[in-house]
Amino acid sequence: MSFRLSYRADPGNPWFSWQYVRDNSETVLNALREHTTLTLRAVLIAALIAVPLAVVAYWFRPLTGPILALTGVLYTVPSLALFAFVAPYLGIGVATVLSVVVLYALLVIVRNTVAGLNQVPAEVREAAEGMGYGRWGRLLRIELPLALPGILTGLRLATVSTVALVTVGVVIGRGGLGQIIFAGFQNNLYKAQIMTGTLLCVLLALVLDLLLVGAGRLLTPWLRGRTG
Amino acid sequence: MSAATNPVSQAVVWLNDPLNWTNPGGILDRLGEHVSISAAAVLVGCLVAWPLGLWLGHTGRGGGLVVLVSNLTLAVPTLALLTILPLTFLGFGRPAVVVALAVFAVPPLLANAYTGVRQVDPQTREAARGMGMTGAQVLRRVELPLAVPYLAAGFRTAAVQVVATAALATFVNGGGLGEIIRFGFGLSIAVGGGQILAGGLLVAGLAVSVELLFAFVERLVTPRPLRRVRRRAGRRAADAVAGS
Repeated sequence: MSFRLSYRADPGNPWFSWQYVRDNSETVLNALREHTTLTLRAVLIAALIAVPLAVVAYWFRPLTGPILALTGVLYTVPSLALFAFVAPYLGIGVATVLSVVVLYALLVIVRNTVAGLNQVPAEVREAAEGMGYGRWGRLLRIELPLALPGILTGLRLATVSTVALVTVGVVIGRGGLGQIIFAGFQNNLYKAQIMTGTLLCVLLALVLDLLLVGAGRLLTPWLRGRTG
Repeated sequence: MSAATNPVSQAVVWLNDPLNWTNPGGILDRLGEHVSISAAAVLVGCLVAWPLGLWLGHTGRGGGLVVLVSNLTLAVPTLALLTILPLTFLGFGRPAVVVALAVFAVPPLLANAYTGVRQVDPQTREAARGMGMTGAQVLRRVELPLAVPYLAAGFRTAAVQVVATAALATFVNGGGLGEIIRFGFGLSIAVGGGQILAGGLLVAGLAVSVELLFAFVERLVTPRPLRRVRRRAGRRAADAVAGS
């Protein structure tokens, strides 16, 4: 109890305060939960769109340029502008944040998946063809597994940038941890609050990145000896 | 007023009102703020990243540092940096915004400067050495001119990124075209939908114009024989920024 009293005596504006975290644990945890679920859903949706798109780009060479260009254009549009384009139609809500973030994640995943698929050696492809694999069998059994490192790089980059991007959702009040950061700013520049939000953002990005690295190691056991 | 339900026609109406352009805090004011903040940020970024990148490339060390810097800035939300920097000695206001944006301009500038010097043919470098040039002379007379197309590519990426990010300066009352969007959201979508959309169009239009302008500049400073090869290499250097 005593440290609590001493805290009350000198609130100040520290860079970090456990007192703040404890007193607001519910708000902070809610924001963290919202941020995490938004990120995971966005990356999942983006992957479900991007990987087939990359396969199409890989199968039909003339489409590679246009697909990469289209996702590239989406990437050039500033995030706030994308919110401005989407919000008038989807309204103020999770759907808007989700669609903006997915559009951004697309480029990274598509580009890395295409790169991963293109890295599959021609001999391997021919050998698979010689063994009687059809287009789909070759894709599912040989090409996609061999492209996994590329896909995982794309997913990692997409996840980390998505964690950062979700904070822009504050413009419609759905920014997850961005909400905490922004509230701290409006709250007379309350440093502890801003730092809590920021640190959690960076930590979340780090944890998700490490999880993906771990998943990658489990999924590609044949690479383990080589890259160590 | 009958068309007021459709955001697109609302946006057209909003953009066609001359007062929205010339009023204090109107489009022209915001555009001026946006461009001046972005220009200052890119300038600061160049002053920091180019000497460092060229030097790292010249000595051939620090490739890991370049990747680390780009990965770190990827994980830190722009919003966080924009709100944290005013709390430091920079104080609340434009310098903090400029520095925050400059931080995001550094990775592409640094990576391209580094790659630009590294890609110089080792034989060229050795020939320059053999002619009796000192290390500094090799850097200034051989490596730097050969790296110019890469520097231009990095400059373009950085400029586009900064212009895009500067839209977020509105959250810390830093001005710029983002203000138009945020003000529109403040009015609620039913009333401000047109303004939101118009603001989005302005921000996106500016980003695309900057991209096109500097793509042209990049082409100008790239010697003709190098243009086709360079283009692909530039993309690769820009990808290195994304950490891949």
